[in-house]
Amino acid sequence: MKKSPFHFLTYVLVIGAYAALQVLQARGGLSSSLRGMLVPICAYVVMAVSLNLTVGVLGELSLGHAGFMSVGAFLGTSTAIALQDAVPVPAVRLTIALIVAALFAAIAGFLIGIPVLRLNGDYLAIVTLAFGEIIKAIFNNLYLGVDGKGVHISLLEDTTRTAETGRLIIQGPMGIGGIQKISTFTAGFILIMISLIVIFNLVNSRAGRAIMAIRDNHIAAQSVGVNIIKYKMMAFVTSAALAGSAGALFAMNYSTVVANKFDFNTSILILVFVVLGGLGNMLGSIIAAAVLTILPEALRPIAEYRMLLYAVLLIVMMLTANHPFVRAFFNRFRQTGRLRLEADGDEEREAV
Amino acid sequence: MNFIIQFVNSLTSGGGAYQFLNHILNGISLGSVYAIIALGYTMVYGIAKMLNFAHGDVIMVGAYVCFYTFGALRLPGPLAPLLAVCAAAAVCTLLGVTIEKLAYKPLRSAPSLAVLITAIGVSYFLQNAALLLWSSSPKVFPNFFVLRTVDASGETAVLRSIQFGSLSISFVTIVTIVSCIVIMLALTWFTGRTKMGKAMRACSEDKAAAQLMGIDVNATISLTFAIGSGLAAIAGALLCSAYPNLVPTTGSMPGIKAFTAAVFGGIGSIPGAFLGGLLLGVLEIFAKAYISVQLSDAVVFAVLIIVLLVKPTGLLGRTIREKV
Amino acid sequence: MSKLVPVPSGSMVPDRDLNKKPVLECVDLGISFGGLHAVRDFNIIIGPTEISGLIGPNGAGKTTVFNLLTKVYQPTQGTILLNGKDTHGMNTMQVNRAGIARTFQNIRLFDNLSVEDNVKVAMDAHMKYSMWSGIFRLPGYWREERAAHEKALELLSLFSMEKLANIQAGALPYGAQRRLEIVRALATNPSLLLLDEPAAGMNPSETAELMENIRKVRDALQIAVLLIEHDMNLVMNICEGICVLNFGRIIAKGTPADIQSNPAVIEAYLGKK
Repeated sequence: MKKSPFHFLTYVLVIGAYAALQVLQARGGLSSSLRGMLVPICAYVVMAVSLNLTVGVLGELSLGHAGFMSVGAFLGTSTAIALQDAVPVPAVRLTIALIVAALFAAIAGFLIGIPVLRLNGDYLAIVTLAFGEIIKAIFNNLYLGVDGKGVHISLLEDTTRTAETGRLIIQGPMGIGGIQKISTFTAGFILIMISLIVIFNLVNSRAGRAIMAIRDNHIAAQSVGVNIIKYKMMAFVTSAALAGSAGALFAMNYSTVVANKFDFNTSILILVFVVLGGLGNMLGSIIAAAVLTILPEALRPIAEYRMLLYAVLLIVMMLTANHPFVRAFFNRFRQTGRLRLEADGDEEREAV
Repeated sequence: MNFIIQFVNSLTSGGGAYQFLNHILNGISLGSVYAIIALGYTMVYGIAKMLNFAHGDVIMVGAYVCFYTFGALRLPGPLAPLLAVCAAAAVCTLLGVTIEKLAYKPLRSAPSLAVLITAIGVSYFLQNAALLLWSSSPKVFPNFFVLRTVDASGETAVLRSIQFGSLSISFVTIVTIVSCIVIMLALTWFTGRTKMGKAMRACSEDKAAAQLMGIDVNATISLTFAIGSGLAAIAGALLCSAYPNLVPTTGSMPGIKAFTAAVFGGIGSIPGAFLGGLLLGVLEIFAKAYISVQLSDAVVFAVLIIVLLVKPTGLLGRTIREKV
Repeated sequence: MSKLVPVPSGSMVPDRDLNKKPVLECVDLGISFGGLHAVRDFNIIIGPTEISGLIGPNGAGKTTVFNLLTKVYQPTQGTILLNGKDTHGMNTMQVNRAGIARTFQNIRLFDNLSVEDNVKVAMDAHMKYSMWSGIFRLPGYWREERAAHEKALELLSLFSMEKLANIQAGALPYGAQRRLEIVRALATNPSLLLLDEPAAGMNPSETAELMENIRKVRDALQIAVLLIEHDMNLVMNICEGICVLNFGRIIAKGTPADIQSNPAVIEAYLGKK
């Protein structure tokens, strides 16, 4: 019921950043490389906040989030291409594509969730990794054509027999080519806002409470009648659906998309955003995703050393953030909002 | 359905039997490499409770060191490869211990995700350092395991394999399988019989209790990283002898596969890593031969998922009951 | 306090509960871990408004009984009848929804949630609005959340915790955490409340207050309470029936007075003379 001021701040900052960038863009204050990165940044931000729902709020490590991005990218883009003539307005076509992408990614999330959510900890993590790799292998070998007679699908080689009048959209390892770039920064901004509303409102409802209760103590959650399978699935599927539309947004910013773009390294990249931004902290994820997407670009002057420097920065940031002194400092900072009478209580708890 | 029929046909036809045997041997050989890498993963996981994602890149470093040492040493006979592997093992051992000291040790009480991200950072670091040092152009790894014979006419012939009828087994395969078995037996002896090995097991059960028993926990963890990284160097040399294309990302995929193998067998268990590695290798080669080269990884991962659903802690993993 | 009277199974319930259906009936309940019988032949009947105690030396299997009742462990022998209904095949969640709520010996709160949210999580099974209602803030969300807020504060006030509603649960002092666990269990609307060492780590005045509160809760909500406790003062004071466990078996059952004079019990606690 209570409105968290932190959520409010997140909305304000996102809207502010969008407005500032729009003004800058209108005045020609953005370099062309930065302009080209606006949509990918939006996609990565949505990827980061959606993964944060799984990792930060639900507390399960997922190493295959790029798989859902892949599902959304391929099926969303295919939808947009198939509708090219039927729906001439790009914005409407993009909206439909993003919704279809979210839907298919949600279905993938549900199917994967059935086995995955029965496992725990590192075993769950490795199975999400495995599913990510399987999705990559499937899209690398998938052929999908659309013609007057409908949709044709084949695996490994093109046996779809798509009619001359139709179009072979997904071409195995070549992915999808000739995509119309209909993704826009404004669409990306709207998708970020929708993701934030969905996640914040979900977290501030009975579902969010139950999901966080499962994270904090799954045995206690079961003992008070919480259906842990249902809520884990809810978080996982929501996270997958948002990742799916982020994938479609991302893909339709380029003229081609291939399955290898959404590999294990991409999943890890997004996980880095989430951990650096802080588990369960959506604003942190947004900032981390934006900064770390721009960082390699900003480091371009030092060309070949930039990825090395990126790696060093990553390590140094983790070491600093977890240094006992820094942690104590932040804990003290956080404690001020709580009661001050628990000093003795903590010691007592240790003893039992 | 098609590939099942194909599979059965190839088994029953005459030449198929040799082919089948050949696939098994190749599978065991690849699996042995996975097993050696997985042993490093599983030992580090057992003691430090962390997924050391940089492990795969230590393999790559080992392979490069091996490549350059071998090129620099112009020694005859088996001495050069032996020295090259030793040099690689020494460098990787040092590298592993250094990584642990600098990057992981300060995070011992930090949340496990922080350690995971740091390991990813180390992995990026090693890959990009290799890129700067050795460039992205692939190096063709030499085949160490050849027999040079001089026949009656004075011609030298280079033998890469021995023939058993129509079955040919390459020396790399033999050396790989033998090394894996030796390493496995040595590790079993080490963890079961020696004082240091027992200290290692004690630390992986309960670090605080081990410390109270007078075990130097920090030294034991360093030792584990040293052994794991040394093994990675050996794995790197063996892997590149069989698949001689060496680039800075050579270690990533075998790293992920070996990690999968460790989980497959039950992470934390040494025989589990051995079994998981072998099974994964055989599975991969079979999937490549009888199903589809492109989908072989998907098949391997699908089997992993099924195994984990039936046995949620891997083949030989212990089920830990949470105390309520 | 009312008198205990025997019922046909050999157990006893308070006389006021005599002609009512018992809330819990265990018949030959048991579990073995790899051949070792942690609990065996556990027979008990608890009346619908009875406060009873489960005592015994360390390692006697008391918490295991709770874990069996709540299906954290699946029993290997015997039957559990909850309000006359066999709980065979149910899991922890279903048993809770059927009427058993519990607390834990090693406190298991949702540490990062507020005190109020800890209580509200326990009401989840009784809430109806959908995920979409939550995301789009439909009227159902507002209505049920308001009701949940009020009920949570009302339950917290039973243990004078309503002022702590917005504190993070993990930051509460120890005694308050134990009380919050009880409130959270009550929020599931149980017919039987299992308390695992509710007074552990409490000082005598806190314990006295706790005793009062347990009685108050039983009277207000008309539920049965089964508690494990080492504080004999508390057990003898508020329990109407007591069951003594040793090495996984019941060695005595009866009123506090019976138990105090039972030679087998004295032997179990103090050893043979």
